[in-house]
Amino acid sequence: MQLTLIVHSLRRNKLGALLIGLQIALTLAIVCNSLSIIQQHLRHMVRPTGFDEPSIWSLRNQWIGEPGDLKAKVLEDLAALRSVPGVIDAEATNSFPMQGSMWNTDLKLNPTQRFAASQTAVYFVDEHGLSAFGVKLAAGRWFAAEEVSDVHDNETKFPASVIVTRSLAQALFPHSNPLGKVVYFSETQATRIIGIVEQAQAPFTADIQEGSRVADVSFFPFRDLGNDTVYVVRTAPGQIASTMKIAQDKLFQLDPQRVVSAVRTFAQVRHSAYTSERKASVILAVVCGLLLTVTALGVVGLTSYWVSQRTRYIGMRRALGARRRDILGYFHLENLVIAGTGALLGIALGICGNLWLVSSFSITRMSAAFICGGAGIVLALCQAAVVWPALRAASISPALAFRNR
Amino acid sequence: MIWYYIELAIRSLKRNVALTLLVITAVGIGIGTCMTEFSVMYVLLGNPVPDKSSRLVVPQIDAWGPDSRSAPGGGAIELPDQLTYRDAMALMQGHKALRQTAMYGIGPNVTPSQGRPFHASGRAAYADFFTMFEAPFRFGGPWSPAEDAQHANVAVLSARLADRLFQHADAVGKTLTLDGRDYRIVGVLAPWQLIPRVYDMSQNAALDAEDVYVPFTTAIDRQLRHYGHDSCNSSPAPGWLGHLNSECVWVQFWAELPSAAAKSDYRRYLLGYVADQRAAGRFHWAPLAFVSTLPEWIAQKKVVPDEVKLGTLIALGFLVVCLINAVGLMLARFSGRAGELGVRRALGASRWHIFCQCLTESAIIGLLGGALGVGLTAIGQASERALDGGDGVVIRLLYSINQETVLMTVGAAVLATVCSGLYPTWRASRVQPALQLKTD
Repeated sequence: MQLTLIVHSLRRNKLGALLIGLQIALTLAIVCNSLSIIQQHLRHMVRPTGFDEPSIWSLRNQWIGEPGDLKAKVLEDLAALRSVPGVIDAEATNSFPMQGSMWNTDLKLNPTQRFAASQTAVYFVDEHGLSAFGVKLAAGRWFAAEEVSDVHDNETKFPASVIVTRSLAQALFPHSNPLGKVVYFSETQATRIIGIVEQAQAPFTADIQEGSRVADVSFFPFRDLGNDTVYVVRTAPGQIASTMKIAQDKLFQLDPQRVVSAVRTFAQVRHSAYTSERKASVILAVVCGLLLTVTALGVVGLTSYWVSQRTRYIGMRRALGARRRDILGYFHLENLVIAGTGALLGIALGICGNLWLVSSFSITRMSAAFICGGAGIVLALCQAAVVWPALRAASISPALAFRNR
Repeated sequence: MIWYYIELAIRSLKRNVALTLLVITAVGIGIGTCMTEFSVMYVLLGNPVPDKSSRLVVPQIDAWGPDSRSAPGGGAIELPDQLTYRDAMALMQGHKALRQTAMYGIGPNVTPSQGRPFHASGRAAYADFFTMFEAPFRFGGPWSPAEDAQHANVAVLSARLADRLFQHADAVGKTLTLDGRDYRIVGVLAPWQLIPRVYDMSQNAALDAEDVYVPFTTAIDRQLRHYGHDSCNSSPAPGWLGHLNSECVWVQFWAELPSAAAKSDYRRYLLGYVADQRAAGRFHWAPLAFVSTLPEWIAQKKVVPDEVKLGTLIALGFLVVCLINAVGLMLARFSGRAGELGVRRALGASRWHIFCQCLTESAIIGLLGGALGVGLTAIGQASERALDGGDGVVIRLLYSINQETVLMTVGAAVLATVCSGLYPTWRASRVQPALQLKTD
């Protein structure tokens, strides 16, 4: 009964209903897509790297002028770092998780393969790498001291043995045990996989960068002697702050002719690496909040306008026996009809929009939960927005029906 | 007549303050959000050297052949966006353009007269670089082409580094120690920042301008380490020379042509060079080379990050919702005034007059909404700066309100409001005077 009444009255207010329905549809489409994007950003931001994050800090070291025997100097520095009280282990490497500067390389399953089987980011490690990075060895073994060789500036070479992440191992050998298998980073050098690391994040934050996936990482048994080295220091729990200062002082005591920069804890690296994701999430969240507010205000405005237009008819219905509850219910139901239709349109719009976004940006498909959740939020909000005007309508006195305007 | 409309409009705006404020807020928030996002994109897509845009060109050479492109046939052919050292040197020697420069990013360490050495960002380039990209000098000037040829130990400093090292004094003629070696300072730039930093977008389009510039030839002699994007299709031979002679692409190259028309000549020259290389046995594929002008290059590179594009899109959607909201509110405003408009019609105002009057009202609302939008844009940009957590030159330039953005904001607000007010206005002007007078 109510429903036919509502449809009749909406027919007489086509434009208003159309506008508010359209607004609700767009709101839903934008909100569910935004929430889905925010969730993707958040997932990136909290993604564990596989390293012992709470106890690691790093710095970048360069010597000035003619440093002489770089190998001796690096070893001397590392020994000094390891001797700092509270330090578990330290090592020299070429890059750092999420930090942005990286070396990515192709790898093939046989030297004559035309296209690469996979791409990988590379960290240089020595025999201390396992304990300095705090990564977990899932299978095989870590490098021995005699396997580690020197790499000078502008020297590209590949090792005889490599340790890879589980993700990369599975991509290369999905159906067999990757341990002991041979891969090719260049046509001339066969490289044997001697260990598998549970997880390690590449030096970037995107899911894929320049063809390399974020979880596909290789460790090379190399000592970086390029005079631009990252020192990674792992400390006992809670010892980061105290070791940072002492370690730097020790390095400058050894040789003051150096530049130490980017002294940062893992947490600081993470914070700055995800600045743009964090910013984008905040902006999207704020816009969604504003959007929902504006739409709610729109519903309040339009419903109030209708109530004031229909004062006489509401009075008449009340005089003919409709209870306050019926009037209240009428406006809520009317809102549900409009918002529901708008939401249906919004779901369609949201899905189409998402398909387009996925095809033109590096984001993944929105899950159904966001569409349903978004629709739920929008419908609930509209119902809440209609409460106040509906209460005003319900309080209209039946006597108004007989008063002349 | 227009003053009469404005007077009437202000009166009627005052009459229904709540509804008026609601419309202004809706328009203001929508425009403010949109402009906060759009202004970043606008700066990033801007042309930082507008008077030379069609004369500054980037050459691209197919140094790796069709086999290096793993997805054959899919979309347009993409060539490496930098050159190998040997190709860059060949183009420098060819000297076919008015001006040209090969360059690469360096990261030397500066030893100040007092205090600890520190890391600086730098660029190795040819003398023409400064003229080509219109770098303004505070003291001195670029080094000479002769000094390029002599591999001279000279340097140009940024204003920031000069102020840090020499406390605002004229640094020209003084000595700068980079990586333990001395360079004579020939020039100090005035504060200078291109956005996007067109001459090298291999890593990021919005990076800070460098602190120190040295001749390319000197940097190569001194083996100044390359900081930037380096791409190889095969392992280079070891050592500095191995890298120079490799097929790795890592050198940026720009040429300034005498006229826009010279572009096709330059491309012909490039193709000729590539054909010669093929004849010499270096390439085994059909010669392929592109020449892009500066605006083409900006369009081709992904200058605007996905986050900014998405943010702008979402903000645009939000603006549309705000405007739909405004249409509804304006319909309510005008239909509530049917009686008054009916009286005006009955007293002889034509439909056109009513239409103009209502349109004036919309425009005034738009103006006020735009003013609110400018304020909100300023707040939005300040928050974005805070979220970026930096105070670099680039961040300040990316999020700044200038005359242009203010005009765009207010203009967009007025246009949007007038457009969204068209239908309500048209409806209001259809008022039947007799009908309205009768019911009242």
